[in-house]
Amino acid sequence: MTEKRNLLIGGGLVGAVAVVLVALGNPANMGFCIACFLRDIAGAVGLQRAEVVQYLRPEIPGLILCAFIMALFKKEFSVRGGSSPVLRFAIGFIVMVGALVFLGCPYRMILRLAGGDLNALIGLLGFVAGICAGVFFLNRGFSLGKTVAMPRKTEGLVIPISAVVLLALLLAGGAGVLIFSESGPGSQHAPALAALAAGLLVGAIAQRVRLCMVGGIRDMLLFKDPTLLMGFIAVLVVALVGNIITGRFNPGFLEQPVAHTDGLWNFLGLAAVGFGSALLGGCPLRQLILAGEGNSDSGIAVLGMLVGAAFCHNFGLASSAAGTTPNGRIAVVLGLVILCLVGVMNSGLAGGKSKASSRSAKREA
Amino acid sequence: MASVTDARGRSCPEPVIMTKAALAQRPDCCEVLVDNQTALGNVTRFAKNQGYAATFREEGEFFRVSLRRA
Repeated sequence: MTEKRNLLIGGGLVGAVAVVLVALGNPANMGFCIACFLRDIAGAVGLQRAEVVQYLRPEIPGLILCAFIMALFKKEFSVRGGSSPVLRFAIGFIVMVGALVFLGCPYRMILRLAGGDLNALIGLLGFVAGICAGVFFLNRGFSLGKTVAMPRKTEGLVIPISAVVLLALLLAGGAGVLIFSESGPGSQHAPALAALAAGLLVGAIAQRVRLCMVGGIRDMLLFKDPTLLMGFIAVLVVALVGNIITGRFNPGFLEQPVAHTDGLWNFLGLAAVGFGSALLGGCPLRQLILAGEGNSDSGIAVLGMLVGAAFCHNFGLASSAAGTTPNGRIAVVLGLVILCLVGVMNSGLAGGKSKASSRSAKREA
Repeated sequence: MASVTDARGRSCPEPVIMTKAALAQRPDCCEVLVDNQTALGNVTRFAKNQGYAATFREEGEFFRVSLRRA
C-alpha cells in the first residue's frame, strides 16, 4: 500500500512539474519529454542540425544528476553492466526512432493525452501493443544476459559527469560551442534554472518511487499487478487537471501542439517504443534514472537514444506537425522487425541452447 | 529443502518471472537470490500478491528472499 501511495504522490508531482514547465515556457504538451529533450540536446551539441530543435534542455542532466545524488545518499549507487551493451545501444536507437515518429516518449504521450490530444490515444494503443510483444518474449525466456559488478566505480561516473559538463556549458551561456534554436520548439523553454530545478525534482521522485511508464502496463500484463500503473495514472490525472485549470485542455485530433494526425504511424511509432522499452526493462525516463544510479547498461541505452535522435533528423526520419516522412515510416517498420528478431534470438524460440534457459537452473539448497 | 532461484544480475522484470516459474514448479516455498533493491521490492510484492509470506536477509552483496505460503 505504501508503494502505491508513494507512486500516486510521485506521479502526481511529476505531472504537476510538467504543467508548470509549460506555463514557464516549454512547448505545449511538452512540459517534459525524454525523447524530445535528448533530441534537442543532440542538436545543441551539433550531432544533428535541424535548426528548430536545438537546445540544451537542463531537465535531462538535472534528472541524471539527482538520480546519482539520491542513489549515493541511499547507498544504491551500484556500478554494473555487461548485459549485451551493443544490443542495448541498438534497442535504445530504435526506441528513439519510434518516439520521434510519434513525436514523444511515453511520458509525453501521457502529457499529450492530458492536453486533450487524441492522437496520443492511438499512440497509447500502439504502446500497449508493443509492450504485449515484449511480454510475449519475456514469458518465453527473453533475456539480454546478466549484469555484473564493474571492477571500479569509474564506469558509473561517466554519465553523471557528462551531465555536469553539459550543465556547465549551458550556464556559461553555451560557451560559444552550443547551438540554440531561434525559432520552433527548440526556442521555447522555461528559464534554465527553473528547468534544472524541475529536472532535479523529477529525478529525485523517479529514483525514489521507481517511476516507469512501461513497467505499469507490463506488470499488469505479466502479473496482473497494478502497482506501477499508479504512477502512470497519477501523472495523467494531475496533468489533466492542471491543463484544465490553466486553460490548456483542447480535446480533439486536429491542430494539436507538436503532433501529427497520422494514426497508423502514431500507433506503430509507440509500438516500437513499448516493445523496445519492455526488452530494455524500462521506459526512456527509467533508463536515464538507472544510468544516474551507475547502471552502465542503461547508460549505453541512453547513448543509443541520443545517437538515434541525431540520426532521426540527419536522415529525415523524425515527423513534424506536417506529418510523418517516408524514411521515418521505413525506419519504424525496420525497427519493429529488428526487435522481433532480437526477441526470437534472445529467448528460447530460436532453437538451440539459449542462455535464457539457464534462468530456470536451480540448485538444491 | 527449498529450491533456490538465482536471479542475481537479472534486470527488471526477469527476477519476478523467474520467481513465478519457481513457484509454479514448487508451490510451497522457495528462495530467490537478488542483488538490487528494485528486484527485492518487485519479488517481495509479487510474492505477497500471490499469497506468500516473504522474508529476506542481506548476505554481503545480495539478498536471500524466502517465500512461504502464508
